Amino acid sequence: MRVEIKFGGFGGQGIILMGNITARAAAIYDGKNAVFTPSYGPEARGGAASSNVVISEEEIDYPYVTQPDVLVVMSQGAYEKFAPLLKDDGLLIIDEDLVKLHNGEGKVAKIPATRIAEGLGKRIVANIVMLGFFTGVTKLVSYEAIKKAVLESVPAKFRELNEDALERGYKQGIKWQGE
Amino acid sequence: MKKEQIKFYSGNIAAAEGAIAAGCRFFAGYPITPSSEIAEHMARRLPQVGGVFIQMEDELASMAAILGASWGGAKAMTATSGPGFSLMQENIGLGAMTETPCVVINVQRAGPSTGMPTLVGQADVMQARWGSHGDYEIIALSPSSPQECFDLTIKAFNLAEEYRVPVVVLMDESVAHMFEKVVIPPENKIKIVNRKKPDVPPEKYLPFKPEGYVPPMACAGEGYNVHVTGLTHDEKGYPQATDPEVQERLVRRLCDKIRKNERKMRDIDEYEMDDADVALVSFGISGRSSKAAVKEARRRGYKVGLIRLRTIWPFPDEYFEKIAGDIKKFIVVEINYGQIKLEVERNVGKEKVILLPKFGGEIHKPHEIYEKIKEVYNGD
Repeated sequence: MRVEIKFGGFGGQGIILMGNITARAAAIYDGKNAVFTPSYGPEARGGAASSNVVISEEEIDYPYVTQPDVLVVMSQGAYEKFAPLLKDDGLLIIDEDLVKLHNGEGKVAKIPATRIAEGLGKRIVANIVMLGFFTGVTKLVSYEAIKKAVLESVPAKFRELNEDALERGYKQGIKWQGE
Repeated sequence: MKKEQIKFYSGNIAAAEGAIAAGCRFFAGYPITPSSEIAEHMARRLPQVGGVFIQMEDELASMAAILGASWGGAKAMTATSGPGFSLMQENIGLGAMTETPCVVINVQRAGPSTGMPTLVGQADVMQARWGSHGDYEIIALSPSSPQECFDLTIKAFNLAEEYRVPVVVLMDESVAHMFEKVVIPPENKIKIVNRKKPDVPPEKYLPFKPEGYVPPMACAGEGYNVHVTGLTHDEKGYPQATDPEVQERLVRRLCDKIRKNERKMRDIDEYEMDDADVALVSFGISGRSSKAAVKEARRRGYKVGLIRLRTIWPFPDEYFEKIAGDIKKFIVVEINYGQIKLEVERNVGKEKVILLPKFGGEIHKPHEIYEKIKEVYNGD
């Protein structure tokens, strides 16, 4: 089945990297098909940055995300901009400290990713906390696969930090699933 | 590398890696969106493999530099997008006239002029074929995925070396910027073609005397007399700019070496064509949307197939002539206002061809193509 995922936030949060890592995990370590398309154009320079991933067991012909099944947002701007695109039964994943929801949302999973990252000493790994959470909640990629993809994307001296960040998010994701 | 590797590359990076795998050791270019990652990647990678990267002052110089590098014995490449491709045309003609093996990647964006720098287009198809003045033939290949960017860039170098002609890799912004899995075969599994060298002593060497259609090529510094000119030249390489017979012999050969070998260069990905009575014709990123539409149409019982051109130039005239009788309608799906459509019409007749254009800035949605298929069927 074809699954479309969109990551949104503002420049500097590592939103593009989130898409790259997710698609790479699915394509290389889970043996599925995956396409990653960073968003180019004016929007990449302004407020909202986004990146897009399609994962499927079958061949992926059309490469772009049109109606995400999963929308992961880490800024209010990205939420306002991309939430209308989400499929009716789609899943919204947010950083709860950074996004204030309007009423009438469907399925929502929340995590204070940036706060958790700050607790680990580095705000910059908020995207990795979020990736862990996304993995635990959706199971669209395996934990082993995303871990490999994260660890090969970061400098050696930050591996432990990123591994911690990923695990913290993942555990919360699993917990969310249980609820 | 001795072992197969699996990478996660964008089309641009895959093309750059394909070039290096093919033996490219010289890149001269001027960065331009959406091709810049190719130059960026080559700048990083070429020094690691003993190659040379030069950022030139403009695209005229970039093209001139790769012709020079090729005559110095290197496999050479440049990469650009529409505006830069326009500036390269004069020297692409020089490359065709002097039979200089080289590769030019054009990552198409929406034009004309500076158009939409960050967004997709496929409107340089005819420019690739006819962009320089005079009668000449060229080869152009069009990949639909990062994997094909890798594979077809290698193929572009091989064809350039075999036929001694500039080969264009006609990418598009979508394929250039999307990331997918790319399988890099072990080195000994990659087919590499190198230009044929003379096997006669220097005093007997005629630099433009063909064996078959293509003359063996001695490069500067190999002990042979090397004389390269854009003027009409005889087999010695000397200008004969007032002799129509020399002109005919040369230009006929420059064209025929490509035309007469079309079948060898033909590269078509046929999908569901066995029992098709309507065929989509497409290439590059549009080929992917087309394939999705064919799948949808087949699920609903329409006998539709897809002809996806990986080699665009020389155009496979003979192939279309052959299948014309079996196909009721051809729907040409391209991000321009009718370029490949003209080639299909030329071969199968105007009445059989329907154009489904996009004007740039977006790719076809599969359902738009599917709707056109339905319309064509129900119109019969």
